Amino acid sequence: MKSSSNSATADTIVIGGGLHGCSTALHLALRGMKVIVVEKDRVGRHASSANAGGVRRLGRALPEVPLSAASAQMWQNIEALVDDDCGFVASYQVKLADTDEQMDQLRARAQQVRDIGFEHEHIIDQQTLRDLVPAVSPACIGAMAVKGDGFANPFQTIKAFHQKCKQLGVTFHEGSGVDRIERAGTEWSVQTADGTFVAPNIVNCAGAWGGKIAAMLGDDLHVEARAPMLIITEKMPHFIDCVAGAQGIPFSFKQFPNGTVLIGGGHVGTAHPDINKTDLNFEGLATYAKTAQRYFPIMKNAKIVRCWAGIEGFMPDGIPVIGAGQADNVFHSFGYSAHGYQMGPVCGKILSELVIDKASTLPIAPFAPTRFAA
Amino acid sequence: MMQSQFDIVVVGAGPAGMSAAVEAAKHGATVCLLDEQQRAGGQIYRNVAQTTPAQAKILGKDYLAGGRLVQELGQSAVDHRAGVTVWNVGEDGAVTYSRNEQAGQVRGQHVIIANGATERPVPIPGWTLPGVITAGAAQIMMKSDGLVAQNAVLVGSGPLLYLVATQLLAAGAPPKALVETQTRRNLMSALPHFFGAVKDWKQLVKGMRFLVTLKRAKVPRYTAASEIAVEGTDHAQAVTFRAGGKDHRIETDMVLLHQGVVPNTQISRSLKLDHRFDDIQRCFHPVTDALGQSSHPLFSIAGDGAGIGGAKVAAISGRLAALNALASIGKIDAGLRDTQAAGLIRSRQSELSIRPFLDVLYTPPEEVFAPADDTIICRCEEVRAGDIRKFAAMGCDGPNRTKVFGRCGMGPCQGRNCGLTVTEILAAEHKRTQNEVGAFRIRAPLKPVTLSELSALSDTIHQDKTQ
Ligand SMILES: Cc1cc2nc3c(=O)[nH]c(=O)nc-3n(C[C@H](O)[C@H](O)[C@H](O)COP(=O)(O)OP(=O)(O)OC[C@H]3O[C@@H](n4cnc5c(N)ncnc54)[C@H](O)[C@@H]3O)c2cc1C
Ligand SMILES: Cc1cc2nc3c(=O)[nH]c(=O)nc-3n(C[C@H](O)[C@H](O)[C@H](O)COP(=O)(O)OP(=O)(O)OC[C@H]3O[C@@H](n4cnc5c(N)ncnc54)[C@H](O)[C@@H]3O)c2cc1C
Repeated sequence: MKSSSNSATADTIVIGGGLHGCSTALHLALRGMKVIVVEKDRVGRHASSANAGGVRRLGRALPEVPLSAASAQMWQNIEALVDDDCGFVASYQVKLADTDEQMDQLRARAQQVRDIGFEHEHIIDQQTLRDLVPAVSPACIGAMAVKGDGFANPFQTIKAFHQKCKQLGVTFHEGSGVDRIERAGTEWSVQTADGTFVAPNIVNCAGAWGGKIAAMLGDDLHVEARAPMLIITEKMPHFIDCVAGAQGIPFSFKQFPNGTVLIGGGHVGTAHPDINKTDLNFEGLATYAKTAQRYFPIMKNAKIVRCWAGIEGFMPDGIPVIGAGQADNVFHSFGYSAHGYQMGPVCGKILSELVIDKASTLPIAPFAPTRFAA
Repeated sequence: MMQSQFDIVVVGAGPAGMSAAVEAAKHGATVCLLDEQQRAGGQIYRNVAQTTPAQAKILGKDYLAGGRLVQELGQSAVDHRAGVTVWNVGEDGAVTYSRNEQAGQVRGQHVIIANGATERPVPIPGWTLPGVITAGAAQIMMKSDGLVAQNAVLVGSGPLLYLVATQLLAAGAPPKALVETQTRRNLMSALPHFFGAVKDWKQLVKGMRFLVTLKRAKVPRYTAASEIAVEGTDHAQAVTFRAGGKDHRIETDMVLLHQGVVPNTQISRSLKLDHRFDDIQRCFHPVTDALGQSSHPLFSIAGDGAGIGGAKVAAISGRLAALNALASIGKIDAGLRDTQAAGLIRSRQSELSIRPFLDVLYTPPEEVFAPADDTIICRCEEVRAGDIRKFAAMGCDGPNRTKVFGRCGMGPCQGRNCGLTVTEILAAEHKRTQNEVGAFRIRAPLKPVTLSELSALSDTIHQDKTQ
């Protein structure tokens, strides 16, 4: 092992330099804290740059709805936060249905969301859908839609958050991971092969590796590393503004301003988080290809340029862990289960409130780490 | 239904792949040989079996030597699938391809990668204009379609440049000029390698013959050319350069660029095999042992894909890789492998003796590695050399991060056209080695496939499982 070349103190150490780590560091710095981010690889190397860039409230698990709605407002005004528009394009997200049964399911779902006080999900009929998405297959008879949802550019986003953090004085240590954490009086001492960092507060934003960091801090939180896959095509003439999904099928579909079309939505490859590697699963990719042609016949001869997968942390109940750990001044924020990009802006704010005010202004009880205690 | 399980799968039916497949079949292994061309032969013996006498005269005697290998292949038990584009090689030995809008998959207990070389990208001002192609592409047009480039100006260095020039001459379309970048200094530093090369005087004589032929035909040659650029707005109009202390401008609408060939590492990179930068050939090689075994037990690499050696070396290394594969799956024992390999390794050694001479003589000029700021590097996303230098100053320290900074390498070619240049520029900016800077990560598909081809794959996989 290399001898310690770095050693520094701060108010908070954030472990993990993905979007959640950067957003947390950003909000802490905005409130005057001195923050160190420790990242084992490169800032944004994992889920935060591999993702599909979907900015979506539509179809969220009910406990996530209030957080996601708050985050949507931050996305509308993202430039005020990070001096960059992050490539955010607001249009619609639609969830397509091609049977009456699916339409009923969508109606019931929209009602559930209204019941908890949110009005963003609407049911639209076939004609409205066709006006909105002319390229959609005639077999689709309607959809659920959310106006103001859309997509952004993941690379641009992580870069903007990273730059803004640096401007606010956050320091980043990239290239070696945390492998030991010790208590030193009222402080935490966080050790990497490259240095030792000391601070009273720790935030664990280690994504698919969050369980390992939790274990170092005495919390038993099981997160599974999976590898959601994506397909991107060559540039095509512009034919769709909305982001489309489908009821009951893993599917997500969008066209970026440069004309490329991204297809994803849930099929996974194999993740090897210990060696930063993912393997593609061609059966899943072939299913994406079939589904895309089913809903968008125009895609038949579209050329695929690249397929890839990213390593993401999944919790057993499909929603992240957000909240305090058992030990003093330890906070967790990981396991976003393939939908944490949209929530990046707001969750950083929540974590800054937890660290500084010891409470959040948003309802985070459903995400408590303690929910898995036997 | 077509067979899908084989002892050995070979990707690429050039001299390396053909001889690997034939050798493996000789020892009783079941072999599947895949190549995207309609016929066996690879880059050099492209279409050799179909050549008309007139074309044969143009392409020369060497070209026809490939015929024997093609014949052996035809007589063997190898399952040769032509016209198939391999777009993924899985770590488990599953090789996925498409052919006529359909997808297919075969699986080998061992896979031999024999996918050859590609021409080094030559990023000079104007290289993205229509009317500018590579010398190799011009040769492919001649071999496959009988199309001959008229009034071409050939630019760059390397034996292929002369070869294509003489082939154009023989086809009745003498090139307008040869603009060569190699200098007297290249020759001086190549001389020490000459004594290695005289062992292989036949090849040297062949090289001289090209030059004599060109001289007789009065094709103007400029050497030690620098500051080369292609002029034109929507099509190439002229080549401009400096040579012999003077500025030159030659009008032409057909510019053929060439700066040597480099291993095609798309498959080996996608498998994350170990690679190392070769300082003399100025490119990455997958790391292999003498038999072609890569850093992953399931994969061997043969031919120019493992390091540039030419057609004869490729054929020998194909046989070596076959012996390696056969032993690794237990078809032959290690003793037999080693006795048979020993002689092959010796003859490869003597074939390789001319390489150091050629490598040094035709080292591309620094201009190729350090293009001017406004020269386009990534053609797909129009990223310029200056952009990459700017990214470097902002902390971008590897090719993969140039994607984050400016979409470099994210187009359909997946960095085939810009990868090496990006590595060179970042290495220079950060004063680090090319090995430290690394290369683009490559992901499937290795070649673009359509959605309908990909979706057809699910049926193929499904049938396979229910068999
Ligand atoms: C293919 C794909 C598509 C997706 N599409 C969408 C979408 O359209 N919309 C959406 O909202 N969400 C989407 N997501 C989910 C979203 O990308 C993630 O939820 C989000 O990026 C998670 O951010 P993070 O910061 O928690 O994780 P990450 O970005 O993975 O960051 C965690 C970081 O912690 C670091 N780390 C781990 N261990 C250590 C250690 N010991 N020491 C130091 N550092 C460590 C890692 O190296 C990593 O960089 C998608 C995800 C994937 C993979
Ligand atoms: C453009 C070019 C022109 C050349 N011309 C000459 C010449 O005229 N004379 C000479 O002496 N040397 C020439 N060379 C060098 C010579 O071709 C090589 O030294 C020799 O052919 C190497 O043999 P190989 O078997 O390693 O590769 P190759 O002969 O290149 O064979 C590789 C084969 O793999 C196939 N392949 C690659 N990728 C895929 C894929 N994804 N799916 C399916 N198939 C694939 C290709 O179609 C090709 O047939 C040339 C090289 C190039 C690049």
